[in-house]
Amino acid sequence: MNLAELAHTLSTWLIPVLLLAIPLLAALRRVQVYEVFIDGAKEGFGVALRIIPYLVAILAAIGMFRASGAMELFVAALSPLTGPLGMPAEVLPAAVLRPLSGSGTLGVVTELMKTHGPDSFIGRLASTLYGSTETTFYVLAVYFGAVGIRRTRHAVAAGLAGDLAGILAAVLLCRWLFG
Amino acid sequence: MLNWIWLALVVVSVAVGAATGRLEAVTRAAFEGARTAVEISLGLVGIMALWLGLLRIAEAGGAVRLLARAVRPLARRLFPDVPAEHPALGAMLLNLAASWLGLGNAATPLGLKAMEELQRLNPHPDTATDAQVTFLALNTACITVVPATIIAVRVSLGSAHPTEIVAPTFLASCCATLVAVAAAKLFARLRPFRLPPPQIGEEVAGEPR
Repeated sequence: MNLAELAHTLSTWLIPVLLLAIPLLAALRRVQVYEVFIDGAKEGFGVALRIIPYLVAILAAIGMFRASGAMELFVAALSPLTGPLGMPAEVLPAAVLRPLSGSGTLGVVTELMKTHGPDSFIGRLASTLYGSTETTFYVLAVYFGAVGIRRTRHAVAAGLAGDLAGILAAVLLCRWLFG
Repeated sequence: MLNWIWLALVVVSVAVGAATGRLEAVTRAAFEGARTAVEISLGLVGIMALWLGLLRIAEAGGAVRLLARAVRPLARRLFPDVPAEHPALGAMLLNLAASWLGLGNAATPLGLKAMEELQRLNPHPDTATDAQVTFLALNTACITVVPATIIAVRVSLGSAHPTEIVAPTFLASCCATLVAVAAAKLFARLRPFRLPPPQIGEEVAGEPR
């Protein structure tokens, strides 16, 4: 069984196993599972509501940035860097968008694969790039929002450092494997 | 830092929008973003309730504590400020397992629960702790074992080898995670990011060490 199949099996089984094991284990220890479940589930609505202002701030600002054309200017300013790295200029917008918007990046990556073919170097690199990191600003807004943290200290810097490393690694690995 | 980035995004967007004649699109995008934010948040209500209910059972039944004990050796290094066997460790482990397997629906509620547990240890409720930043570094980078979405797109576009990107994606995401965590550890010591000194007589919330 290869790694991808193993991971697929794991992800199919993980949730059903958790759904079974958690209440069963608790019931064996005489926990009133139904009552306790309701007690915990009550908090769901509050958490979702608490996130709203943080997410509105982030998603509105990122939407404006993309719609205004500022995103293209930013990409153009960075484009002298792509050549020496061995990154095709076409892929740069996807890389810049990755920490800002997950669905936006998926759209750009899909477009690139439609234009250049999924098995082209650009298609493979764009695919790798999409999975190499998460949507940093979305994650920070949701997770800090849920606990009401406004001073995020070094979280943005650390997240962006990770994004940069993921993008660079994607370029180098794709050049090595597919170049 | 988010202050400045947010301000820059808004100011630059309006300025560039005015210069390129796309102000209407900028306005529309702001409203659209606000609406999407509410849709995402409210869409989380059901799945949040489900996982928070299960987690409460797991806490009462001792499963969270069990998980926390299992990851103790690694957790002590990554999260030195979190007491051993604290429920935050169990919730963080569940969140990371779910997100690494690409189970976003389970990962977010579990991660938010972990943040809440970490928040109990936070002496300055509006300021992030080192443990919270390190935990989020693990989430903003996020190891991808199976990039299911992108494989599906590649299949739909007729790729001859849709899964050939699994290995480089996994390795690249491991690099991203390592660097993000290292950065979280290093940057914590830099002056602009340092925590405010605790006030005299201030009690640390949560359990005693």
